[in-house]
Amino acid sequence: MEIPYTAHAREDTGLYNAKVGIWLFLASEVMLFGALFSSYILLRVGAAPGTWPHGLLNVPLGMTNTIVLICSSVTVVMSWAQLKMNRFDRYRIYQTITVLCALIFLAIKSFEYRDKFLHYEVRLKETEMVNGHAVNKVVDGHLVELTTNHIILHVLKHHRLPGAAGHQAAASVTAEGAVEAEHGAGAAEGEHHEIRIPFSDIAVRESGKLWIENYGPWHNTYMAIYFTLTGLHALHVIGGALVIAFILWPGAKMWQTDPERYTNRIEVSGLFWHFVDLVWIFLFPVLYLL
Amino acid sequence: MANHSVTTDSHGSTPVVGQGHGSHDGHDIGKAIRTYLIIFGALIVGTILTVWASYIDFGTPSINIVVALAIAIVKGGLVAGFFMHLVDERKVIYGLLIATVFFFSGLMYITLWSMEPLSFIHFK
Repeated sequence: MEIPYTAHAREDTGLYNAKVGIWLFLASEVMLFGALFSSYILLRVGAAPGTWPHGLLNVPLGMTNTIVLICSSVTVVMSWAQLKMNRFDRYRIYQTITVLCALIFLAIKSFEYRDKFLHYEVRLKETEMVNGHAVNKVVDGHLVELTTNHIILHVLKHHRLPGAAGHQAAASVTAEGAVEAEHGAGAAEGEHHEIRIPFSDIAVRESGKLWIENYGPWHNTYMAIYFTLTGLHALHVIGGALVIAFILWPGAKMWQTDPERYTNRIEVSGLFWHFVDLVWIFLFPVLYLL
Repeated sequence: MANHSVTTDSHGSTPVVGQGHGSHDGHDIGKAIRTYLIIFGALIVGTILTVWASYIDFGTPSINIVVALAIAIVKGGLVAGFFMHLVDERKVIYGLLIATVFFFSGLMYITLWSMEPLSFIHFK
């Protein structure tokens, strides 16, 4: 049996089937991301005062990725418009740029992820008094070397620290041992130090393991919701790019046999792509800026 | 390639080739392309504005949140309205989206409601 209304619209709705389908799917996607945004709000509001991290992510990279996705959305609509004018070659150029933008986005995102997995927090046995409580001193920096008896971290002297007010993760120790908790200065302006910390200096958890932890999703609720939201979004980018690339290359034969249906495919995959862009428009300020 | 007439099919007076627009002759598409480029510019400006506004000290961080979300809603509206063609779409899609907006608002309402001190489900 042939699938009805793939190229032409039903008379009563004025829509071809795939368009109704994609909008129904996008409606469910709104609820999926909505549930995660709701989780974000509850985690953030539920966090102890002053502990929600700010400035952990690289804003220029996030902004670049925002612009990359916006560009890809434009090339998607442009490619669709070119097909409407029967300019298949130009359509191909625009959609190739779309796929390239998706790859650039994913490359930048993986770089950001890698940076978080190499960013370590080490709690020392040595304590200090913060608001009348003895808390472990913390060294925060990028991994240089991890052996069986020591860890070397690359510490930024003016590191922008999460929740610097009265939290145990707030203080950072420089090579000289001076506690620093400076705000505002960007990491790029920071002065670099490498610190070698022998395992004998590192605090031990209840489980018996040393207090060495990177900024993966396990690190805190912020990192958890950051990886969940951006990871799910990145999966959407991958899925969307695969569909667009499929229609663009192996699926392009349909342009010869059924051009209307082909053009509809571009529109439907484009609707999904714009939705992915739209989600990022909200993710960027929520995770990077606020 | 033969001239594929992908745009001019119509039943009676209403064109029904899916996209929800009127007819798609070259002139209309040219106009649409100009609109897309204007929206593109607006989205880039919006992005820069969001980053810039996030560094302004309004005295209380909640104003930064409101400003950032307001810009994001405008940008999202532009994407949905023009790139996703919602400014000129069929009733079925609008109906579907009204349901989506209803359920999404409900979800957000429950989220915010749960933070009220007197609410039944209280997390704080």
